[in-house]
Amino acid sequence: MDSLAIEKRTTMDKTFDLAKASVRELNQFLHHDLAGSGIKHIDVLNPNGSHSIAVGVNHAVDIDIRGQGGYYVGGMNKFANITVHGNVGWGVAENMMSGSVRVKGFASESAGATGHGGTLIIEGDASLRCGISMKGIDIVVGGRVGNYSAFMAQAGRLVICGDAGDALGDSLYEAVIYVRGKIKSLGADAQQEPMTAADHAAVAELLKRAGFPYDPTEFKRVASARSLYHWNADANQEY
Amino acid sequence: MNKPVEHAAQAPKRIQREESAGFDRTVIDYIHNAAAHGLYEIRGLGAKRKLPHFDDLVFLAGSVSRYPLEGYREKCHTKTVLGTRFARKPVELDIPITFAGMSFGSLSARVKEALGRAATELGTSTTTGDGGMTQEERQSSKTLVYQCLPSRYGFNPDDVRRADAIEVVIGQGAKPGGGGMLLGQKVNPRVAKMRTLPEGIDQRSACRHPDWTGPDDLVIKINELREITDWQVPIYVKIGATRVYNDVKLAVHAGADVVVVDGMQGGTAATQSVFIEHVGIPTLAALRQAVEALEELDMRGKVQLVISGGIRTGADVAKALALGADAVSVGQGTLIALGCNHESYFQAGANHSAEEDYAKLGTAPGYCHHCHTGKCPVGITTQDSILEQRLDPAVGAKRLKNYFKTMNMELTTVARACGKSNVHHLEREDLVALTIEAAAMARVPLAGTSWIPGVTPA
Repeated sequence: MDSLAIEKRTTMDKTFDLAKASVRELNQFLHHDLAGSGIKHIDVLNPNGSHSIAVGVNHAVDIDIRGQGGYYVGGMNKFANITVHGNVGWGVAENMMSGSVRVKGFASESAGATGHGGTLIIEGDASLRCGISMKGIDIVVGGRVGNYSAFMAQAGRLVICGDAGDALGDSLYEAVIYVRGKIKSLGADAQQEPMTAADHAAVAELLKRAGFPYDPTEFKRVASARSLYHWNADANQEY
Repeated sequence: MNKPVEHAAQAPKRIQREESAGFDRTVIDYIHNAAAHGLYEIRGLGAKRKLPHFDDLVFLAGSVSRYPLEGYREKCHTKTVLGTRFARKPVELDIPITFAGMSFGSLSARVKEALGRAATELGTSTTTGDGGMTQEERQSSKTLVYQCLPSRYGFNPDDVRRADAIEVVIGQGAKPGGGGMLLGQKVNPRVAKMRTLPEGIDQRSACRHPDWTGPDDLVIKINELREITDWQVPIYVKIGATRVYNDVKLAVHAGADVVVVDGMQGGTAATQSVFIEHVGIPTLAALRQAVEALEELDMRGKVQLVISGGIRTGADVAKALALGADAVSVGQGTLIALGCNHESYFQAGANHSAEEDYAKLGTAPGYCHHCHTGKCPVGITTQDSILEQRLDPAVGAKRLKNYFKTMNMELTTVARACGKSNVHHLEREDLVALTIEAAAMARVPLAGTSWIPGVTPA
């Protein structure tokens, strides 16, 4: 590996300059050399929209990506806390298990797709299908989300501080959506429900985690009407 | 008093039985059923209609112009390596016959264990399916292919790292363009937990991947999986057979190590019958198109091809290999080997009749396709704690081993007769077709002629 690419600032810090080292070298380091190294923090410079930055991390470490990320930043993350100081492409934190990913800018499609756990925070807007098929992840979006967000979302919570596009929560399972702004339309089987004290507490906690200054009472709750849980209400009919 | 006139010698009333070709009894039954229920039929297994298939091909064995190998004495190799393009650790198999992906959920954990045990003893691979990886199958399988499906049920990085290959599933032969389906009666607590779903719901999974669409995205998705697995294990791409020629080219372009093509005879645990019978193309046609795509890209032997969908016998395997497949996957055949559609099951050292349980489902041994009900009379496609006991993993593994061994012996028998010391040396030139349809689809000559429809002049 290019020794210039990895400069140690302290024994606990490391820098990867992706203008000099490859994403492959970064991920190889994260998967194999990080454990036991004592390194607690990694700066990734010049990401320049590269794909698959810091995917499959399986270790508690803070990673700062100083610029724009491509597809799947922090994909399948476990334990790491990743911050992107820029925008990201599709599928940021896809299938995340634990830890966190924070995007300071905007996120493209399918942010947090199929995430099982951890927290994804997007300070800007998220595009289409944010939280698609989410399975337990918490997602907090500072801005707006695009159409089909939380499509087939199974578990977890999606907090939207701005507006939501069309077909929000289509074919929802047990995930819950909280929206502060306007909802253009709800998807099949999604319904607006009254906020309870537990909902307010949940939103307050998630907003605190994300560092957003909104009042939980401003949010609406969207959850599944559960009318699609069974194939067809008339399935057992016989004429 | 008038007595009724007696016609003692009159012939019984003739019952007219002229069946309609268009509205035959199957169609009449379909319409009656649709009218009674207002819901399409959902069922298991694969296409039941007659299709051009491997049965429509025969081998030209050695004779004067080329000589055969001694059937019992001369060696015929079956070793098969998949994933030589990019993976550091390609999948190495002793035989070119693998177990197809079938989910925990559609099958019981005991069946998954039986598959793993048999695969390990046979030196072949097994594949997870749309329900995540169970401990039973990981522990019992030496070589386990982990599927990455649109649903991503139970999909997690630990299992990705534990897998011997990753298979990105884009489609399935029984339902190309359709998502998975598992009816509520099979979504028991363990299945529900693994899939992060409420118990007992009718589960319908997505038909498209949630985080990529189209071939250019697939390039990036495959790259991500390679990064997560440090380029160690092969990445397969599985497609349901429709536009096979284009799809195989795109899969190769996207960076697949192995392409799996599943023809329309491929099975399912639950799918609308309209899908099973009317969507997709036969395995025979799919295989030839896939091979053509690889040849045009000069990727034969670099990207391996696995074919599935109605592979039943050693003859099928031999024909698939001769047409250009590197390996085959068997799904429904393995279930039948385990006892699917058998009139009895073997439990506690004795055979017990299952006929009454078939009758309760409104079917009979030989006709059952009721995998979707979860009430499999022989304990295979079930999550019922009593029914699943009807399949002992050790007994099941033995049957599977026997079945695969038989197919492998048939395969090498045919290969030797064709003069091949390696089953992968079987070639298209060894085959002729019995029907014009099969000749056109497989692009081999009609037997006794040099005519290949669409290729040579009639």
